[in-house]
Amino acid sequence: MRLFLGSCFTLVLAAAIGLGATWLTLTRGVAFGALTIGAWTAWPRSGSVDIDPYARATIARTGELPVGTGDGVAFYARTDDIGNPLDGRCSFTVSGLSPPARFWTLTLYDPEGRLVANAIDRHGFTSAEVVRAADGRFTVNVAPRARPGNWLPTSGIERFVLVWRLYDTPIGVAMRTTKEGPMPAVAEKSCS
Amino acid sequence: MILRALLWILAALVLGGIVHLSTVLAMPQAAKQDAYARLAPVAPVNTIAMLAPPTAQGAVMPFMDPAFAVAVCRYDISAAPLKFSAPVSQSYTSVTFYTRNSVAYYAINDRAAGRRTIELDLMTTEQRAQMPEEEDVTAADRLIIESPTKTGLIVLRALAAEPGLMAMARRTLAAAQCHAEPQPKS
Repeated sequence: MRLFLGSCFTLVLAAAIGLGATWLTLTRGVAFGALTIGAWTAWPRSGSVDIDPYARATIARTGELPVGTGDGVAFYARTDDIGNPLDGRCSFTVSGLSPPARFWTLTLYDPEGRLVANAIDRHGFTSAEVVRAADGRFTVNVAPRARPGNWLPTSGIERFVLVWRLYDTPIGVAMRTTKEGPMPAVAEKSCS
Repeated sequence: MILRALLWILAALVLGGIVHLSTVLAMPQAAKQDAYARLAPVAPVNTIAMLAPPTAQGAVMPFMDPAFAVAVCRYDISAAPLKFSAPVSQSYTSVTFYTRNSVAYYAINDRAAGRRTIELDLMTTEQRAQMPEEEDVTAADRLIIESPTKTGLIVLRALAAEPGLMAMARRTLAAAQCHAEPQPKS
């Protein structure tokens, strides 16, 4: 009897541990080989056959297609540079110099990867349309209410994700350190 | 008594680890809503299908880049190899090959292709081995890609650097072709 109870207990606990760990890793997007620069994190290996089992399971669950390594690399930001979560009711700036790439795009999504509805139908900027200062620096204002310059509306959603995609770039292919190219800084400006 | 309980918990931890690893490894096969399954209703096999641009109301896949026009060739090369060609748009065009389970195994962009059209032959390793010897030589300027799986996705992306250029990017991709073509017998 004690053996039976013991094995039942063990099996239930094992199922809870195993499935719980799987659920946690897949919803948090755990993957190996992350490349983090400031607020931005990319998984360059996810765009190649070297993709690890966790990243494979994650993309199979979400249904997205990773950017291929010969195409580019995608950096995700869920917090600003000092770790504040990206809250759509606050305003943030993304500013700095363009990293080395032929083109880039900056896009705002909700945490599930959907675009966010807004009055001006603006979901992001490309390197060609962003307005720059004379020295080549740019500032994108990510805010719930209209701002002058490059305004990326958040529509006041609770959490958002910024995705910076670099196309035709040496980043992630040639470089492996965290001290590489200038990635734009993400900073919280005000929170109402 | 306590020792016995600890042993049971240790066994649960080991078993739990096995459950965790096997569910993670089984996920790509078990997933019902992966990219291939999402594209199957909108992309017929072995032809080019333009995808609707992502909007706030909905998108075929999550995390699609709204600055790009996207077309897909959902391929099945179990019967015959695939011939693929895509014209290069004015700003940036890329072609990425995915296996049935969304693993990107090859990607090329317009600059790497170095000409006005990207032309490729997609085949399995066995089909490549069956290619006649001289065919291989005359086709040397055609790029041959080996697909690790018999089915998969070819995704074409053309950048519209500003919204006004989206129509042109979509027109460029609409001129792409992909079709199965039986091999000449050796």
